[in-house]
Amino acid sequence: MLEIKNLHAGIEDKEILKGINLTINAGEIHAIMGPNGAGKSTLSAVIAGKDEYEVTKGDISLDGEDLLELDPAERAHKGVFLSFQYPVEIPGVSVTNFIKTSINETRKANGKEDMPAKEMLQKIREKSELLEIDRKFLSRSLNEGFSGGEKKRNEIFQMAMLEPKLAILDETDSGLDIDALRIVANGVNKLRSDDKAVLIITHYQRLLEYIKPDFVHVLYDGKIVKTGDASLALELEEKGYDWIKEEINA
Amino acid sequence: MELKEKLLSSYVAFENNVNINSDVHEIRTKALKDFEELGFPTKKLEAWKYTSLNSILKEDYSIFPNKEEAIEFAEVKKYFIHDIDSYKIVFIDGKYSSFLSDTTHDVIDVCLLSSAFTKSKHKAVIENYFNKVAKQDNMTALNTAFASEGAYIYIPKNVEVDKPIQIINFATGSDSATLLQPRNLIVVGENAHVQIIERHQSLSENAILTNVVTEIFAEKRSNVDYYKIQNDHSAASIVDNTFVAQEGDTICSVHTFSFGGKIVRNNLNFFQNGEHVDSILKGVTILDDKQHVDHHTLVHHIAPNCESHQDYKGIYDGRSTGVFNGKIIVNKEAQKTNAYQQNNNVLVSDKATVNAKPQLEIFADDVKCSHGCTIGQLDEQALFYMQQRGIPKKEARALLMYAFSNTVLESVRIPEVKSRINKLIAQKLNVNLGFDL
Repeated sequence: MLEIKNLHAGIEDKEILKGINLTINAGEIHAIMGPNGAGKSTLSAVIAGKDEYEVTKGDISLDGEDLLELDPAERAHKGVFLSFQYPVEIPGVSVTNFIKTSINETRKANGKEDMPAKEMLQKIREKSELLEIDRKFLSRSLNEGFSGGEKKRNEIFQMAMLEPKLAILDETDSGLDIDALRIVANGVNKLRSDDKAVLIITHYQRLLEYIKPDFVHVLYDGKIVKTGDASLALELEEKGYDWIKEEINA
Repeated sequence: MELKEKLLSSYVAFENNVNINSDVHEIRTKALKDFEELGFPTKKLEAWKYTSLNSILKEDYSIFPNKEEAIEFAEVKKYFIHDIDSYKIVFIDGKYSSFLSDTTHDVIDVCLLSSAFTKSKHKAVIENYFNKVAKQDNMTALNTAFASEGAYIYIPKNVEVDKPIQIINFATGSDSATLLQPRNLIVVGENAHVQIIERHQSLSENAILTNVVTEIFAEKRSNVDYYKIQNDHSAASIVDNTFVAQEGDTICSVHTFSFGGKIVRNNLNFFQNGEHVDSILKGVTILDDKQHVDHHTLVHHIAPNCESHQDYKGIYDGRSTGVFNGKIIVNKEAQKTNAYQQNNNVLVSDKATVNAKPQLEIFADDVKCSHGCTIGQLDEQALFYMQQRGIPKKEARALLMYAFSNTVLESVRIPEVKSRINKLIAQKLNVNLGFDL
């Protein structure tokens, strides 16, 4: 589904990603772990199309379609979703209005009519229950004054509403207490299906206890230096990243 | 002939032509003298530093359009807030259109200044209020000299007006450039409540210059809720001079929505004569092309224990220019004043300009005055976030602009006005968001 080949990208003159190769197939869950500054968030931003990053070499394709040719909204319309590490506050736009606009713009781009109001309401109800979100919360301005945990839950709520083909969770576990973590993980697991894929970007393996990855990759200095199964995450948790660094530098 | 000379020389004919009481005659003659001395404002005047009228004063305006123009309601329906029941005072080229209007003399008077000038029933009101709060600067003096027609609204005490009043001035400009000078007088009695919507609309490609003066008197404990919708043709300009005199325990708010017109100058003046007064001045300005809007506000805190709240949002695209000059004067006696002023601007294009100038003159020592002014760009992080959620850039920008304007929109108390403003904003930004905020 997602194919990243020899991806080099950076900001201004600084190269951050130095040749990433990654293939994610439908139905799989991948985790990318790595120390601070390895380029984890850059990778997620580049896949989503943030334009302050410049791709200098390589390709990203989704189901064979070149993503680098598309703007961020078009990528979203193809089914790319990025759960932000720091969701942006948008005062004056309610959660409900935002998600309605988001869904209907996506439908419009895919040649569909607006979602009927009744269906929309029902879906909002269903997904907000799944993520244990209070109804009152939905009429509040998007992310404004939300706690860290509320912001993350709201991200996963939007993901559940949009049902993306590829969900990238950028440090979604940071700032979550154990209950919120469980709720968020439950939301992600519910989305799991044979035609969808999830890419989890995280520093710690905590979230991976709840969402079991098929593959774990270690990102270090802009490259994927190690790939394994879920047990690699446990090993990293136990031993930290230093042994990886030593292995590389040896 | 220059416009000033043309106006001065036509005055005698005008004054002889109009049947009025001698007080009004005296006021007008005096105002003409003032105008003769002052002339049109130039950029040399501090108050007009950023707004030049030169480009519009050179037009050969017809001063007294005398053709009776008729307009079909269907043609102009869109300029009314037509989905609510309302009183309407409609003028076409400065002349009253009884066909489009819906006036009343039942309990309240919603009618014409020209009839108030001549009917004995209104004599006392005219004597007590006409031209009593309007400060005779250049443009106001000019309007006063020729003041003959406009809306006359008198709400007796203890009356809560059952539906909003719309004042709409159409300019057909059918033959030529046209100068219009409506004069509105609004008197709201003790404990009375009223909501008013004002709009000036050109229906022509010809240059239109409107120089309007509105005087509003809020007697004790009354409540005035006023909306100005400015979305005029690109050849139409307006100088709006509004003066609000507030007695004790009154709440008056004026919302100004400026989305169109060539040159728009709003002189909005509040005078707090009594205690426990609240003055609310809010505006949303969204401009593009070469449009120019200048908001000049004045809140004069004369009495103690009063509040004022100003909140102006501006979004400037293209080569548009904006000015916000907010002056707050707190007299020595006006202790415990709480004056708040907020002016936030977003420059969407590199070519747009905004000049913002808060002016505080505080002579009392126990007051709270705050003012905040920002000029910035749309938040790139927020734009990326919205795009990531499938909202295309144009719509994402529009949504951010809506959100930016929301602190002003949320205090609009007539839902139909709010929804109209929402639509106008969507139209202006060329998007269809499918919901109201």
